[in-house]
Amino acid sequence: METNLRRTPLFAAHQKRNARMVDYAGWEMPVLYTGILEEARAVRNHVGIFDISHMGRIQVAGEGATAMLQLLTSNDVAGLKPSEAQYSLLTNLNGGIIDDIIVYRAGAEDYLVVINASNTAKDLAWIAPYTPPSVRVEDDTLRTAMIAVQGPEAPALVARLANQAALLELGRFQYAIGEIAGAPATFCRTGYTGEDGFEVIVPAANAESVWDVLSSGGATACGLGARDALRIEAGYPLYGHEIDETTSPVEAGLMWAVKLDKANFIGRDRITIIKSEPARIRLVGLVTQERIQPRQGYTIYVGNEPVGEVTSGIFSPAKGVSIAMGYVAARYAKTGTMVEIAIRDRRATATVVPKKNLLA
Amino acid sequence: MATVPAELKYSKSHEWVKLEGDVAVIGITDHAQAELGDITYLDLPEPGRMVQVDGLFGEVESVKAVSELFSPVSGEVVETNTEIAHATELVNEDPYGKGWLIKVRLSKTEELAALLDAADYEKFADEGGH
Repeated sequence: METNLRRTPLFAAHQKRNARMVDYAGWEMPVLYTGILEEARAVRNHVGIFDISHMGRIQVAGEGATAMLQLLTSNDVAGLKPSEAQYSLLTNLNGGIIDDIIVYRAGAEDYLVVINASNTAKDLAWIAPYTPPSVRVEDDTLRTAMIAVQGPEAPALVARLANQAALLELGRFQYAIGEIAGAPATFCRTGYTGEDGFEVIVPAANAESVWDVLSSGGATACGLGARDALRIEAGYPLYGHEIDETTSPVEAGLMWAVKLDKANFIGRDRITIIKSEPARIRLVGLVTQERIQPRQGYTIYVGNEPVGEVTSGIFSPAKGVSIAMGYVAARYAKTGTMVEIAIRDRRATATVVPKKNLLA
Repeated sequence: MATVPAELKYSKSHEWVKLEGDVAVIGITDHAQAELGDITYLDLPEPGRMVQVDGLFGEVESVKAVSELFSPVSGEVVETNTEIAHATELVNEDPYGKGWLIKVRLSKTEELAALLDAADYEKFADEGGH
């Protein structure tokens, strides 16, 4: 293992549990502890914990912060009350996606923006020229740790350990401040697994004790392998797979996070045009009846005609068959369309489904 | 620690061989299954197919990666383990038993001499042999 990789405050905790570590976006992260399938199933049926401290946590605060984020992001920051968060996109002038992010509003001009680890440096460089002198942009990533607690048993576990029953009343994308294992914590009802749960931010120094109480409380330690399987099953995009600077929110099916009628934002004009034109390609879900796994870059066919490309694929731990997401020509994006995925020297038949229905 | 049964022979591509008369039972080692993680798919030859020593005979896929299978011996495939097609976890759980892959009738018994014994394979695998 290279030694120039960054390590989260939970690195020692992962080593103690004999996690298998990999290089992910420049971070030395656990890909699995005992097994990807077992960990993913623990999240679907009970509760699992994930170290997501590698994700970038950027404080944006000061007079003009709201106007700045309105210009930079596709969703409507003005629609957020303090203690609410929203999924959003940083888009470029061509309507391409620079990153997908979560914006937390703490006050009138006070925000936390959570971004992808792989994009942290790029995003900070993109934001810098739009930052007025009155706004402070601070990379808070190293000062804190972030732990996702996910699964049907996650809310009860977190509320009990935090001794804060009110956490159970939080709606999706709402957050509250509290305490867990003696540490000040932010609990947000968000996640990337398709299950209920929280993403919890605590000071770096408390990360391991928080991890330990969650683990002792019955949560299964899960690695990035299970996280990827779960987010594919849930139909969530991953930057660099389903979305990048060449894909627009229109074809990626992310227009619910784009508010074209709010104040202007970078990329709005282009996205408005793309939306008005007939769709060229669409991101869809693909369900096979086979165990062989489609992977990123594999070609999707109808007969001998190449009609698209797989963006992510996995043997679904919940379904016991392989599933995928991919872009297909719009005329083949209709639910129920039968396609074939070329997997090395074979073809796997797959049915097109809405990406939110991969587990249906 | 990965187990390495003393009575078997091994290849440097992490397959094991158990001799039953003139038939070689072939599988992947405990070390190999641990490296792969959860196995989800196997592509194995049908009985009747010929395999060559060090030749590609199939592939094994885990959630993480695809890995090619190389035959430790030459001969004709006489049986394929059909139990594991939809129970691939058996290769993880019992790589030397229920998780065997194919049986090959040897055409060149002298090839066996080139395989590693348990002690040599264990040393090879521990040194990170790939």
